[in-house]
Amino acid sequence: MSNVNSQPVLKLDGVRKTFSPGTVDEVVAIDGVNQEVKAGDFVTIIGSNGAGKSTLLNLIAGMFPPEKGGKIHINGQDVTNLKEYKHAAYTGRVWQDPSVGTAKILTIEENLSLAFSRGKRRKLIHAINRNRRSLFKEALKPLGLGLEDRLTCPVGTLSGGQRQALSLVMATISQPALLLLDEHIAALDPTTAKTVMKLTSEIVNREKITTLMVTHDMDIALEVGNRLIMMHKGKVILDLNRKAKSALTISDLISAFEKASGDKFADDKVLLKAD
Amino acid sequence: MGDKLDILLNILSVSCYEGLAYGLLTIGFFLTFRVLDFPDLTMEGSFPMGGATAAALIVYAEWNPFLATLGAVIIGVLAGLITGFINTKLKVTALLSGILMMVGLYSVNLRIMSGSNIPLLRHDTVFDLAGQVLGLGKMGLAIAVAGAFALLAFLLLTWFLHTEIGLALRASGDNEQMVRGVGADTDKNILIGCAIANGMIALTGSLVAQYQGFTDVSMGIGIIVTALASAIIGTALFRPNRVITMLLACFGGSFIYRMIITVALRLGMSPGDLRLITSVMVLIALTIPLIQKLTRGEWVPPAPRL
Ligand SMILES: Nc1ncnc2c1ncn2[C@@H]1O[C@H](COP(=O)(O)OP(=O)(O)OP(=O)(O)O)[C@@H](O)[C@H]1O
Ligand SMILES: [Mg+2]
Repeated sequence: MSNVNSQPVLKLDGVRKTFSPGTVDEVVAIDGVNQEVKAGDFVTIIGSNGAGKSTLLNLIAGMFPPEKGGKIHINGQDVTNLKEYKHAAYTGRVWQDPSVGTAKILTIEENLSLAFSRGKRRKLIHAINRNRRSLFKEALKPLGLGLEDRLTCPVGTLSGGQRQALSLVMATISQPALLLLDEHIAALDPTTAKTVMKLTSEIVNREKITTLMVTHDMDIALEVGNRLIMMHKGKVILDLNRKAKSALTISDLISAFEKASGDKFADDKVLLKAD
Repeated sequence: MGDKLDILLNILSVSCYEGLAYGLLTIGFFLTFRVLDFPDLTMEGSFPMGGATAAALIVYAEWNPFLATLGAVIIGVLAGLITGFINTKLKVTALLSGILMMVGLYSVNLRIMSGSNIPLLRHDTVFDLAGQVLGLGKMGLAIAVAGAFALLAFLLLTWFLHTEIGLALRASGDNEQMVRGVGADTDKNILIGCAIANGMIALTGSLVAQYQGFTDVSMGIGIIVTALASAIIGTALFRPNRVITMLLACFGGSFIYRMIITVALRLGMSPGDLRLITSVMVLIALTIPLIQKLTRGEWVPPAPRL
């Protein structure tokens, strides 16, 4: 193995985050997380409501810095105190709400062009040209949604599923070091969710992007990816590799949770599914 | 009969000149309020500042009026940069940043003019210089000069708003989270947007001052409402959804708004009444959606405070 490959893509050291410290609203959202994610890993993250999953992704994306002493490295670079827009050079993101990942007033190709410039200096040159247009078409075709023929349509005219698929392409088109997915299929209807999840696996496998995916769907968490992390009260309480998780069922997972946390598993979305 | 035609032509040509000149200002308004979603009140100060700077440079410094106009634009750009700085770096809300600038610029304008007004009567303006070359009548010249500036601004902005930087700017009023997510600096977009907007607004100020032959410190009062009225009319008529239609909507909206004002004056209203007319016009336009909802028996949410 070469040296580059053995270096973790993501390294978290003593990462903590407290909201509203020193007030009655104080919440320790992330309570000392140390993790390494290797190149090509596809990590699924589960945990009860308020476990800190979104906060962890937000920290990695640089929405706010961790508390003093914590360190975040991406590809060996210390990104702990970089501004959010500079973090974007390393990370592509898809949010739960399809409207967050795209700009509705811009056309499909303009949205893609914005994402295409990720990590590069934006210049006073035309954002769209023939080369880029054909590149965008190539990137959209595998979705099978016909978006490649609607490049000049405003994104506001797309459905939630189409917007989410576009967000996914936008998050990956400039080959980020790390793809962060925060319940990105949770707001979609079941059929669309399935399609977008399939597209996600295809893109991640094809582009070999290191990925962290938060989900409430235990089936997906067990089935997709090569590693599963469970969080509780701001801590990682369970970390399973591909082999360990392939042997598990959902009820195994829930009892493993209850054993590791000493708590009842409380996740409104999962309970709903079990009905 | 001939009289009536004359009056009609006159109304049309005055509105045409004013539509072009104030269209620049409306674009400035549109850029901040709509494109950036940044309610910038700086224009109440940067509009008269454009007039004051151009007039002071022409009269006191005896600059060529075209250079003086350029000087006015640069001063407007600086004002916009300061507003953007107050908001993005000092973390003051957009609204308050603009109000602070508007109030502060009143004093600056008095200093620039060393008084409350400057007459330009015995000095050449851009219109006079253009007249020496083109030799048109007064109205024709006004339209030609304002039209040239409008065309220039139209071309430059159409180009800029389609560049990589312009695209990020247009997206940041729509979805700031996404813009940061793809690695663009939203603070920078606000700075650039405010700078361009107030440069355009100062340009209108300098043209208006040169055309009317004087500039006055109170010239900007209420200008925000006229910009809003023009933008609302333009949006209603052109339903802009891309850059070119947006720019055309600003000129078209200003043209129609100015025509309404000119007709109102012709009908014998006093200039002092115009502000009220404008406010009522805007109020009516703003309450149309409410009336539609009420007649359809729909639920009406509480009024927004910001
Ligand atoms: N911006 C914020 N301000 C204050 N508290 C916050 C903020 N964001 C998150 N929290 C708190 O931090 C804790 C962790 O929240 P987080 O959103 O990371 O949970 P999560 O695991 O993503 O939960 P869910 O499954 O409900 O999305 C919660 O107690 C939450 O209330
Ligand atoms: Mg969450």
